[in-house]
Amino acid sequence: MKFPYSEKVLEHFKHPRNVGEIKDADGKATVGSPACGDMVAVYIKVEPETKRITDIKFESYGCASNIATGSIITELAKGKTLEEAKKITWKQASEALGGLPKIKAHCSVLAIDGLRSAIQNYEERHGLVREHEPTTEDVVRKRLRHVMNPLTGLDVVRTNLVGDIEVKDGSVSVTVDLPEDHQFAPNIREEIAEKIEPLWDVKKVEVYFKG
Amino acid sequence: MADRTVYLDNAAATRMDERVLEVMEPYFFNVYAVATSEFGYSMGLDARDALDSARGVIAGALGASREEFIFTSGSTESSNIALKGVTRALDDKKGKHIIVSRIEDFPVLHSARALEKHGFRVTYLDVDGEGFADLDLLGDSISDETAMVSIQHANQEIGTIQDIEAIGRICRDKGVLFHTDATHTFTRVPLDMREMPVDLATVSPHTIHGPPGIGGLYIREGTPIAKLMDGGFQEFDKRAGPENIPGAAGFARAVELVTQEENDRLKAMRDRLIDRVLAEIPDTSLNGHRQKRTPQNANITFHFVEGESITLHLDMRGFAVSTGSACFSRSLEASHVIMGIGGNHETAHGSVRFTLGRYNTMEDADAVVQEAAEVVRKLRKISPLGKNKK
Repeated sequence: MKFPYSEKVLEHFKHPRNVGEIKDADGKATVGSPACGDMVAVYIKVEPETKRITDIKFESYGCASNIATGSIITELAKGKTLEEAKKITWKQASEALGGLPKIKAHCSVLAIDGLRSAIQNYEERHGLVREHEPTTEDVVRKRLRHVMNPLTGLDVVRTNLVGDIEVKDGSVSVTVDLPEDHQFAPNIREEIAEKIEPLWDVKKVEVYFKG
Repeated sequence: MADRTVYLDNAAATRMDERVLEVMEPYFFNVYAVATSEFGYSMGLDARDALDSARGVIAGALGASREEFIFTSGSTESSNIALKGVTRALDDKKGKHIIVSRIEDFPVLHSARALEKHGFRVTYLDVDGEGFADLDLLGDSISDETAMVSIQHANQEIGTIQDIEAIGRICRDKGVLFHTDATHTFTRVPLDMREMPVDLATVSPHTIHGPPGIGGLYIREGTPIAKLMDGGFQEFDKRAGPENIPGAAGFARAVELVTQEENDRLKAMRDRLIDRVLAEIPDTSLNGHRQKRTPQNANITFHFVEGESITLHLDMRGFAVSTGSACFSRSLEASHVIMGIGGNHETAHGSVRFTLGRYNTMEDADAVVQEAAEVVRKLRKISPLGKNKK
């Protein structure tokens, strides 16, 4: 029998490690959205002194690569300090899994995003964000790379849906090249707000549709 | 990993019937000549007879005359010939506008897109939530500019059977040619050209346990059609290239072997599969119409889980099925059919197509329901959306 993935991927897919929710998580994040395809939630428990990840769990609404990557990153991150865990890359996860198909990078990179976002969430909640980088157009654009264009399953920046971005006095406005009444307009608006609002100096996010 | 294979992707390809191979074999080893003209040598005349008789069987099943049926290399080529051949033949006699439904299979859809690049305007006709083409909109969309309409007989993913009689009548009234892709209905759903106002129809044996690499196109007498492939004068000078004699013989045999009894059996298995899934697995919904669907097709969305994960788990358990999830497709695009019937990425994400065939049994239908229930329960347990569901 021939399957489209490595033995290791199939193993993690069949028996994912560290699955579930941590009710009293110190840091948590959900990335992706059902409207756009895959979705991953990551929960971490952190030892306050050493900043080590003592426990980590994940949940996935995704394909085989997504589930397997979620599983492997929990193994890779467990016991690591937050700084170490932040540096885990998609490439490392892919190597640990014996290789992932390139075309599935999008589905699997989401799990890495989930881990980094959970760490960020911990840092934000525990006042650990030391350097406050002021929000600029570039910062916004970078964050929007994590908002998916449901029409293609690729991000809104790469698919050229994001038009003008304006950052002024704590208010951010983003123009999206889609009609206001487009079926995915509400999802995209919500996702953009979700990604930009947590920035420390942002007070207001406005999304305009023009297409 | 699994010691059995239950193949439930019969809309994509089917296991060939031994009885089909039996009639093909002599044309590989004994009568391997090309079909010659009536003045040829005897082996060539034998090949010619085989081709004629195969054509007779298939044309007969369509209620057509032999001259109205040509062999092609498969349904993809048939639909390409229909759309490009007709529009090219009409040239300036008609305008540059065609109408296809939004949920056509790729041969029609992408032929339409190719015509678009050559200056055609294409109307991608909307369908309703069960996949039925909007007939009022069809009537309104046809203008003096319209060269042809192509709307499938039944859908490749959700099995919805269109009212092609009504569609054909609208086209007739407006004087527009009508092509239908009958790949998923030929011999399974009645299609008699003596009654149906259809001008061209794509058919193929690959969905009915016949050989791959051959298909056919019904072309009503008098329909203008240009030759796309240049070469010899085969197939009434409509499609060049020496004929695939073993394929033609196998195609005809495959058509003969389909019986009403078999179609009823498929329908019974389909109904059992659908009824059991909807009753026994929570948060599931049927895609397409409950009754007006091909006897072999069931398409179900399992909410809160992703289709490729379901198909891979089922594969490891010995079941072959397919999904409309973006993660499964080569293009990473969600099924245009599920999106076309008003579904969203989420509906497509968890949609699974089960298509039955001659070699499936009621036990297969029962087994896949049971395995799917387990797989879906397992996946929902790890899903952030489905963890509170069973």
